Amino acid sequence: MSNSTAEPGTPALSIRSLGKRFGDKVAVNGISLDVPAGSFFGLVGPNGAGKTTTLSMATGLLRPDAGQAWLAGIDVWAEPLKAKAAMGVLADGVRLFDRLSGRQLVTYSGLLRGMDRDTVAERTEDLLRVLDLQDAGAKLVVDYSAGMTKKIALATALIHSPRVLVLDEPFEAVDPVSAANIREILADYVAHGGTVIVSSHVMDLVQRMCSHVAVIAEGNLLAAGTVDAVRGGVSLEERFVQLVGGRGNSEGLSWLHTS
Amino acid sequence: MVAHLLRLKLALLRNSFRRSPWQLVGVCIGGLYGLGMVVFAVAGTALLADADTALANTILICAVSLITLGWAIVPLVAFGVDLTLDPARFTTFTISRPKLATGLLLSGFIGVPGLLTLLLLGGQLLAWRRDPLALLAALAGGVAGALMCLALARLTTTSMARLTGSRRFRDVAGIIAIIPLILLGPIIGTAAEGIESVLDWLPRLAAVLGFTPLGVFAALPGDLAAGAWGLGAARLVLGLAYLGAVLWAWERGLHKSMENPLAPHTGSKPVGMGAFGIFPATPRGAVAARALTYWLKDPRYAASIVVVPLMPVLIWFTSTNSGNPQLMLVLGPLLGILMAFAISADVSYDSTAFSLHVLTGVRGVDDRAGRVLACAVFALPVTLLAAILPPVFLGRTDLLPAILGISLCGLLSGFGVASVASARFTYAVPLPGESPFKTPPGAGARMAVVQLATFAIMSVLLLPALGLLVAQVLTHHALFGWLALAVGVVEGAVLLVAGIRLGGRWLDARAPELMQAVAANR
Repeated sequence: MSNSTAEPGTPALSIRSLGKRFGDKVAVNGISLDVPAGSFFGLVGPNGAGKTTTLSMATGLLRPDAGQAWLAGIDVWAEPLKAKAAMGVLADGVRLFDRLSGRQLVTYSGLLRGMDRDTVAERTEDLLRVLDLQDAGAKLVVDYSAGMTKKIALATALIHSPRVLVLDEPFEAVDPVSAANIREILADYVAHGGTVIVSSHVMDLVQRMCSHVAVIAEGNLLAAGTVDAVRGGVSLEERFVQLVGGRGNSEGLSWLHTS
Repeated sequence: MVAHLLRLKLALLRNSFRRSPWQLVGVCIGGLYGLGMVVFAVAGTALLADADTALANTILICAVSLITLGWAIVPLVAFGVDLTLDPARFTTFTISRPKLATGLLLSGFIGVPGLLTLLLLGGQLLAWRRDPLALLAALAGGVAGALMCLALARLTTTSMARLTGSRRFRDVAGIIAIIPLILLGPIIGTAAEGIESVLDWLPRLAAVLGFTPLGVFAALPGDLAAGAWGLGAARLVLGLAYLGAVLWAWERGLHKSMENPLAPHTGSKPVGMGAFGIFPATPRGAVAARALTYWLKDPRYAASIVVVPLMPVLIWFTSTNSGNPQLMLVLGPLLGILMAFAISADVSYDSTAFSLHVLTGVRGVDDRAGRVLACAVFALPVTLLAAILPPVFLGRTDLLPAILGISLCGLLSGFGVASVASARFTYAVPLPGESPFKTPPGAGARMAVVQLATFAIMSVLLLPALGLLVAQVLTHHALFGWLALAVGVVEGAVLLVAGIRLGGRWLDARAPELMQAVAANR
């Protein structure tokens, strides 16, 4: 599937002045960002910073009010079908077709992308195996736990072997063992030329896992670059708090001291 | 504390209006409609004051019992209890058990159904306006009866929670429950023929109901009006005891369920690849396989066509009652349109799962065609049967070509219209997993406009073929019948293809906007 002829050095994802407002509220305030090909890119920011909105606009789920997005050099909003063929997306906060079994859902995702039956069947079994969902494959997704649901959604994003993976909160509610498995799959994918973009709240995870990071708050891009450059000697978490600010003063709650 | 809970319910109601003005419009329309019914019913009760006391008593007891029974049963299978104040959310607060129960119970009156029931049952007093003492008893009995309604609804839903919590039960029960409602008209019509025998046993039924929790409070004023003081006092004690017992049982069940919250029900039977193994392995085939799976597994889909098997029964009742068996001939066109209409809310039913279609970049045409294909798998045979069997059984095979043409035109052009409609117009529908008959509050106005417009367009498109049928009936020329068949099939096929193409193009252009629209309907 991944046979598009992007020139070497083309960013995996490139967005320019991407903006979106909902009513009076500016959700994303003209963000420009390059995600280098072959990077493991973390997108971090506090709740409501505009991470999901930005990723939705970059993946064709939400039409931006302003700005452009290119995926591997393909304009996402001018050639949506071509761009969508090159990316795998795990969207946050959307339902799945949960009256299908896990196996049916992953198969559905592959067939929708026009893949042939045998390849879909083979890859579906591989994905169920590595995600430890083999036994659950015949159960309806509606009966899955939150973590299993996340994993099956990840499988639907991987089935067509995309060049770029965009994962919104992939580790939420996933148990530690599965999370480690998923991290291993993603690291292997990056090592073989793929690009991963993840959004997360967990700074520790991003610092360990990602090569690059961007910090977003209140719809603005505060910092972007390699993880080492952004954190500048301190931990990513400390740097994040410095950038975003807003640390409350916990000394205010003296009555909470029980002793 | 009770006042706090009531204020909370009021604030939640107010905020839900602020979130969406449509919701306010919907609640207002629903409320006005309900109020109209209540005024009508209460006016009817006022007339009873001039009637024979025994008759008034019988009617009131039966009516109140029916309403109370409705409160006890309907929430189980259809709408569920209004859980704006879900008891489970209060587990971490230190609210004394009786206060929580009282607050939750009384909060039921803040809301359209509770308020209307209170008005309706309180309205009984008009029937007793000639007797001041009975009037007072009717007022008190009405309020107590309304409380009994709410308490019974709470009791049945809480005690059946373990059963109704299972997905399968809700799926099946929700659909079965609607069947008697649809058949209510014919049943009453048939029952009305035996009205004399009904009048015979109704008083006896009322006498029994007057001692059950359902009708005990409604029977109270009758006792006083008849001067049966002892009986009245006994009934009052009995009623209060019933109410107390129901409240006690509910409160116990409530706390049992709060202390041992339900474990999520897992363990569905393993399923194979189902329809995915049957349809071709193309995007179009995949959409069809998925949609067909949903027709079989998602009760919301089944609910949208539950009228289809009942329609022949309904029309048969009507046609035999009116002595005009030819009425059965409308079955084919009617079912064709009804089933085609069933896919007009498809994207709304997908809810945000539709994001998979957007993200995979499936072409709009494939999306549209797949959905039509899945529905056609059963809609086409059913429509053919409904079009062919009535003329054959009525001995009107001369009309068969025309009826067949109109029916196929209804189905095919209906598919076309529905393909366009669902690509552009979404409205709030029950979310996946919710009761199929739950109407999202305030969905009414937008839904009614979209559905009426869709239906109207589908009907107008039948006119050419229909005109030819009329020509055949008037001139007795068989040629017009065959023309109707040809026109119907060709027109239907053209509109089907055009509808799928246009809907597909709209979908390609507006998939992200459609995605935002279904996300907003959550």
